[in-house]
Order: sequence, then structure tokens, then C-alpha cells
Amino acid sequence: MNPFRRDPSSDALRPSARTRSLTRSVGIGRILDRGFGILVTAAGISVLALAALVGWELYRGAEKAIGRYGAGFLVSSHWDPVTGRFGALPFLYGTLVSSAIALLLAFPLSVATALSLTEFAPIWLRRPVLTLVDLMSAVPSVVWGLWAMFEMVPWLRQTGFPFLQRVFGWLPFFQGPIYGVSLLAGALVIAMMITPIVTSLAIEILRSVPPTLREAVWALGATRWEVMCVGVLPYARSALVGAGVLGLGRALGETMAVTMVIGNRPDILLSLFAPGYTLASVLVNEFAEATSEEHLSALFEIGLTLVVVTFVINFLARLLIHNVPLFFAPRPLPTQPMEMHR
Amino acid sequence: MKIPGPWSLFFLLVLALLWLSSAPWGRESKPLINGAGASFPFPLYARWFATYERLDPTVRFNYQAIGSGGGQQQLLHQTVDFGASDSPVRQAILKTAPEKILHIPMVAGADALAYNLPGSPPLHLGPETIADIFLGRIDNWNDSRLAQINPNIQLPSLPLVVVHRSDGSGTTYIFTDYLAKVSSEWARIAGRGTAVRWPTGIGAKGNEGVAGQIRSLPGAIGYLELAFAVQNPLPYAAVKNRAGNYVLPSPESMTQAMASSPLERDDFRISIADASGPGAYPIAGLTWLLLYEKPPDRQKAEKLLAFVRWCLTDGQALASSLDYAPLPPRLRERVLASLPEIR
Repeated sequence: MNPFRRDPSSDALRPSARTRSLTRSVGIGRILDRGFGILVTAAGISVLALAALVGWELYRGAEKAIGRYGAGFLVSSHWDPVTGRFGALPFLYGTLVSSAIALLLAFPLSVATALSLTEFAPIWLRRPVLTLVDLMSAVPSVVWGLWAMFEMVPWLRQTGFPFLQRVFGWLPFFQGPIYGVSLLAGALVIAMMITPIVTSLAIEILRSVPPTLREAVWALGATRWEVMCVGVLPYARSALVGAGVLGLGRALGETMAVTMVIGNRPDILLSLFAPGYTLASVLVNEFAEATSEEHLSALFEIGLTLVVVTFVINFLARLLIHNVPLFFAPRPLPTQPMEMHR
Repeated sequence: MKIPGPWSLFFLLVLALLWLSSAPWGRESKPLINGAGASFPFPLYARWFATYERLDPTVRFNYQAIGSGGGQQQLLHQTVDFGASDSPVRQAILKTAPEKILHIPMVAGADALAYNLPGSPPLHLGPETIADIFLGRIDNWNDSRLAQINPNIQLPSLPLVVVHRSDGSGTTYIFTDYLAKVSSEWARIAGRGTAVRWPTGIGAKGNEGVAGQIRSLPGAIGYLELAFAVQNPLPYAAVKNRAGNYVLPSPESMTQAMASSPLERDDFRISIADASGPGAYPIAGLTWLLLYEKPPDRQKAEKLLAFVRWCLTDGQALASSLDYAPLPPRLRERVLASLPEIR
């Protein structure tokens, strides 16, 4: 006789009083279930609808400019609200360059901070620094901007930039007059603003590296440095790159703080000491006082450009992240974890 | 866990409906007059609203200082009862308006040319020099064109950095209107507007941004709404007017500029830049309230008109203390006389 076969007459399988009360109210439960399902689905769809609405509104606002300037909008660098000629290249250039420099500065710093907090720093130091990093990502943009304008820029003008010019003056990027407010100042403030976020992400990523992996490398007699280089970093590499790209996405949209220190000059100049301009800055600067239809329409197209650029960057980030199954969808390790160490 | 039955949900719904219907939405209250527009005269308007609401407690004002452009747009879409602007509404836009729009000048404001020089010597500037500076043709303070009109001070050898507004603003309109009037070259290269293509310099956001840049950057020069230069405080230049006198900005010198500006019929969209009066400060402009000639809501329109009349009579006394200039008596008479046609 099969010992696993269920005997319907067995007492143990009779519905208990609790189960019976549940089955009696199953009708209501189903209604609630369905209602909740619909509610949650509606919330999910509303996000899609919102994104579509934003895109559509931007497109509709920009339609006239798109029709009038065509692709010339993105390659012309003449921005003149008085005569109604609009080209967005300086803003596009400023946005991409300032964000790229910011990422170049912020990414190594963030990864180094995260490495030190997960691998090297003494335990008593980790908690306070972690809290500080999280607090820094909550500082509002305009506060960064005010600090940058009144503290950072004067320091850069008197000390930081002259030093750079002395050392790297042979490069065209560090030549020309120094005003303080500049593309580089904008990039620096963006770097400071994205560092906490990228650090936060990097810490999570490094923490998700399985301890067994470290232990395995330790067991091979590796030094700390080798554990990091051979074990941790290759495992986390793609996820870290993804974190950087997410930081870049954030950098592209930074507005207030950048506007306050970048100098707001729609020119493409090789020198990083020269003032620049970004897509987000021209929007916040000119939208309120744009009276003519062409001007408004051109500003809408700037907004559309910014959205498209951000979307493309985020799309790339998704691509990177989905190539990282180890981090985002942990797959079982080929060998059994070394339980005996625990 | 007890699962709420459909009746309790229904009960909640009924309660919610009851609460909504009893909310004080439909209740007749004081008429709320909505306005939007220029931020340039906002400090004065805020003072006016507060003072007037005490005089006439049956009216309330809600003014959003979103900028002249926004004010014009909202008035065109009839989402506000009045707009406010530092630049006249463009002819092309006036044609698209559903009703005739009136420009009511309220006060005048001036741009001060503030600068940062060691020792803050009193500076004199003429129209050609100002145009040259903002066209990027003078890049050092020891330039002979500056030394010529400032024989009494020793100007240092210091790079001259132009600071201008990066956001569109009435302050910029007043300044570029002046430059376009005194320099044909400026009119050709940059023109007048709330935002222009600046040939040189760095852009800072808001009067406070420009003031901050000038204060922290030796050798900087820029234009500021007078109140900001006075309060910061920053030194500002005396500017040569059409009569050949060097005049400092002040409510009196602005009122002189208005008094000496020609007025054709009852169109108040006048520019008072580069006025001819001997004591007139040349870099000044009017700021307007924008009203529909035949507004849809008569009751609100009457209240609004009473307020405008008060602003143009008793209210004018408040202007000088905030560094705006009251209208000269003759202009005020004409504006007041033109008002009742709104009914």
C-alpha cells in the first residue's frame, strides 16, 4: 500500500473551523483580491501614462521648433531669443561635457570609498561614514549651489584654478582667463552631488559579493589587494559600471546648483575655465520670461532633448545592468558554500 | 484578520461623500483677485496688496511672481484677472488676445551699474563706454576710454568682467532697451529683450546672483535692480544722460526721466530709457499692470480698478522707500483719466 496516499476519511485532513470560516468568506476575499489587483495595476499603468503624457506634451510644445529648425537645432550654436534663431549645440555640449567630467571625478572616488568601507576601513569607522554618505545625498541642490557659489568658486578662482593652470597650462583645456564660474566649476559641483549616490550604490554592490568568494581567494593565500583585484572587483565590475551610469543620468539633469556656478554662456570653448551652459540651466533660466512663441517652442525642444538624452543614458544603464545576472538576479554558485567556516 | 464586508466599504464611501459636500467650497467669500507676472516690481506689489487689504477687507489678492512672460501667457489664457509685465506685450501677441489688453504703468524702476573695484572709487560712465563694455570691447579697467571720463580717479590694471542676468528678466529688458537706444551697433548685434544673446561676460541667475558675482569677483561690472545695489551695498556708477549730466539712479532721477519722456495719445507702452530731462537717469523703465478692457467678471473688475486707482494715488507714496519711482503728476493724471473705460 502506498503510505503517501491520502485517505479522505482521515481526521487530520478535515477542514478545521478556521479553514471553514475562511472558505465562507472566500467570496469577499476574491472581490477584495480582484479590487486590489486592479488598483495596483492602475498605479503601474499610470506611470506609463504619465511618461507618455510628458513626452507627448513636450513634443507638442516643441512641434513648431522641430518643424522650423529641423536637425539644425541640434547642430547650430546660435541662440538668440531676440531674433528668434535657436540652436542647442552649446547646451548639449555643456551638459555632456560637465556630466562626463563629473562622472570621471566622482566614479573613482565613489568606488574607492565603497571599497574602503566594505573591505578596508576599521569597523568603528564604517557606520558613521555610511550614515554621512546617506545624509549627503539628501542635501538639496540649491544648498550645494549656494555653498559652491560663495565658498567653492572664490577658492577655485584664487587657488584651485591658478594651480591647475600652472601645472597643466600646456593643455588647451586649462588655458585662458579665470573667472571662477566655469564649466569645470559646474562639473565639480555635479561630481560632489552624485558622489554620495554612486557611493551608496557601490557599497550595496560590494556587499552583495558573496563572502564565500572572498574566503575562497583568501584560502588561496591572497593578500587584501589580491582579494580585491582577483575576487571582488571582477565580480562586481559590471554592476559598478551600471551604478556609474545611473549617476551620470542624475548628473545630466542637475539644474539649480549648476546654473549658479557654470556661468551661463552659450558658447563652445575648449577651455574648462571658460563659462558654459547646460540644457537644464537654459530651461530654468529662460522659461519664465519667454514671451514669443518661437522662444517657448525652442525651450520645449530643449526639454525634449534633455529627456531623450537622459532616456538614452538610462537605457544604456539598463543594458549594462541586465548583463549582470550575478548581482541583480543571483544565480547559484557552481560549488557548495563552505559551511564549515561559519 | 477580519475582512471588511462590502457594507462597511459602502458606509465609508457615503461618509466621504458627505464630507466632500459639506466642505466650504461653494461658499460665497471675499472675491479673490488673481494675478501673475513680473518679479521686478514684486516687493512693491506685495506691500501694496498687504496695505490695500487692510483698507478694503472685502478683497483678497493672490499674486504669483512667475515672470513677465508667464504673466502675459496666463492673462492670454484668462487664468488670471490681471497680469504684470516689465516689457510691453508684443504686437503679434496682442492680436491673438481674446479682448483688448490695456497697459497701466504703475511705477518706474532703474538699473544700477554696479562694480567691484579696489577702494570703490566713484565711477562715471557714458553711453558709448557702456555699450563698448557690454559689447566686449573694453577688457581692462585701465582702458583709455574709461580713464578719459574718469580723470579724478586712478583706475587699476585689472581685467574687466561683464556680469549679466542669465534668466530672462525685466531688469535685462530695461538695460537692453537703453543700450539699443544709445548704440546702433548694440541694436544690430544683440537688440532688446528680456533675454538676449550677450556678446560677452558671464551669466548669473537673478539680481542676487549678479550681486553675488560682482561682490566676489574683483573687476566685475554688471547691471542690477537699484534696490539690490543699494541694499547689498555695492558701488554704482553715475551715468551720462542725454543732457550731458552724470546722474546717479534714484527715485527722483527716474521720475524726472518719466516726466521728460514723450507720451503719444493714451498709449502708455512708452520707453523712458535715455530720457532728455537734465536730471533724468537714463537706464530706467516702466512696469505695467495688464488688464482686459472688458473683463468677464464685472464685480472683480470693479474691485481691481479701485485697487489700481489707489495704487496710482495714495499707494505711490510707498514706491520710493523700496527704490521704485512714483509716476510724475502729469502722467499719473492721464493714466487715471484713461482708467474708467475698463467698465
